[in-house]
This record gives sequence, structure tokens and C-alpha cells, in this order.
Amino acid sequence: MALHTLNQPPGNIECLKRCLSALSEGDALLLIEDGVLASLPAYAAHYDQIKVNISLYALQADLAARGLNDLKDNRFIVVDDGGFVDLACEHDKVVSWY
Amino acid sequence: MTLVVEGTSIEVDDEGYLVSLSDWSETVAEAIAHSEQLELTPEHWAVLNVIRDFYQTFEHAPAMRPFVKAVGQALGADKGKSIYLMTLFPGSPAKLAAKIAGLPKPTNCL
Amino acid sequence: MPDKKKVLIINRRAPYGRSNARDSLDVALTCGVFEMPISILFADDGVFQLIGNHQAGDIGQKNLSANLAALPMYDIDQLFVCTESLNTHGLTFDSLEHSATQLDQTAIQQLIQDHDVVLTF
Repeated sequence: MALHTLNQPPGNIECLKRCLSALSEGDALLLIEDGVLASLPAYAAHYDQIKVNISLYALQADLAARGLNDLKDNRFIVVDDGGFVDLACEHDKVVSWY
Repeated sequence: MTLVVEGTSIEVDDEGYLVSLSDWSETVAEAIAHSEQLELTPEHWAVLNVIRDFYQTFEHAPAMRPFVKAVGQALGADKGKSIYLMTLFPGSPAKLAAKIAGLPKPTNCL
Repeated sequence: MPDKKKVLIINRRAPYGRSNARDSLDVALTCGVFEMPISILFADDGVFQLIGNHQAGDIGQKNLSANLAALPMYDIDQLFVCTESLNTHGLTFDSLEHSATQLDQTAIQQLIQDHDVVLTF
């Protein structure tokens, strides 16, 4: 099982699509940096299309910096930097989409 | 560089701005003003409060133009003039007032 | 003194991930100091700059939103936002902290025509 991180804003929608199409059963996706903007409900359809069971996370400090705490899609679990480390340790590899 | 205020050493940069903004107090302000050959009057303090409010709200020290505007809005149009601020803080009022108010040096300031 | 050139700044990048938004604001404030007429257009990912309530301390950056709020103090009040970009990102005009005039594609073409210098970030 892999942890995928995405740091690109929605303007780079191809990066989000490529990342989502690469997810396997049991993987986790963590949005970081400008990637947290893809947690807005406007992008829900992209996550609805995922055929496998995955977990969705977004990094707390990056959400807060961009004023997204109350705007994000509720499917995303908020993690802090420690949670990021835990996720990296729990998965056998990390795949960075940037 | 350091500035000694009531026996406590406070770190300032090469131009005399506080390195740590949390070191500021009214006593420190008076010490910085003294090092600039200024004695702070109530008129100075009114302006220093305006520039500190500006920093709280907008999270940067103002250049001259917004500084003049902010003073005008807070203290009245007769005070919101470069010439008035020049008499209180000679030379470069935005820089000097920021320094005494314990703020960083204004960027975008000529 | 000759007429000052009218400058349009186009912001197309999200805040924080890159330095574009910060660089753009520095240019705008500097132009403001020179009393140059400035307009700013937010489009594409740039509209995310207009969302309020930023708390950027934990990522070690300055709060861009607080700095944007100072634009009127620099007499920069010609702010525009691309309606299509707002729709793309599911943002409503009311959800923005900083008010800007909404423009459609035709109005954006006109905006560009009306300015002497256009800087994109």
C-alpha cells in the first residue's frame, strides 16, 4: 500500500487526474501545500470516480494557511505534521505527485 | 548590536530596528527615540499607536503613503499630512516611526 | 510630467505554494508608492488569494490576506475577479474576503486593452 502526496493546485488538474488514476486498493492520498485546494467541494466529482477503497487526508497547516478549514470536503481527514510522518511510516512507499 | 534599557540588553539590527518585536515596550520606545535624538510627546504617541494598529491589521509596516492615510483616518485630516509627520519624525517618518514603534523596517518605502 | 502608464497585474497562481502571489503584491505596493494607476485581476488559481481567514504562521509564511486588505491604503482599489474561474473552483462571490468586480471573458479582453502595461504572475 502506498501513500500518495499531491502538492499541485487545481489549476494543474492533469496532475490530480494522473494521481487519482494511479491509486490502488488500500492506498492513501494526502493533499499538501497548494494541493489542499483540491479538497474544495468543487472537485468532489474527481474523488467520486475513484473505483477502489482509499483514504483521503489533507495537511492541517496548509489548509489553515489558505483559509480552507471550513470550506473543504468533509471526506478529507485533517492531519498535522506528526500525522504525515505516521502515514509515511504506515505505508510501504510514498509516491509524490508534483 | 544591542540597546540597553533599564539594565536589560535588547538586540537590534544594524539600523536600530528590534530583532524581536516582542521586546518592545513603551520604555524601549523611549530608549530608541532617545538614540534618535527625539523626545516622545503625546503627539508622537498618538502616531505610534496608529502605526502599531496598522501593523496588527495588515501585518506589515506601512510605506509613507498608507502611513499618512492611516494617520489621517485615525487622528483627523489635519494630522494626515506628510509635513505634520515630518515635524514629529524628521527625515523618513515611516521608517523612523516604525523603528520607535518596534516594527520591522517598511519595505516598498523610498 | 507625462501621463503615468496604467498597469494591470494578472494573478493566476494560488497563494503560498509558489512566490508568485507575494511577488505580485510587492510589485503592486511598489507601484502604489509611485502613485501609478494599478488594476489587479485575479483569475484561475489566483482567485484562491481572495479567500479570507488565512493563518499562515504554521507554514512559516506571512499572511497574504492581511496584506491584500491593505491595498486600499495604497489607493489600489481597482480589483477584478474572473467569474469563470470562481465557477470552476466552486467559489461564490460572497465567500471571498476581498471584494472585487466580477468580469467575464469579454470584459477581461477589454480590461487588457485598456491598460498600457500588463504583468502576469
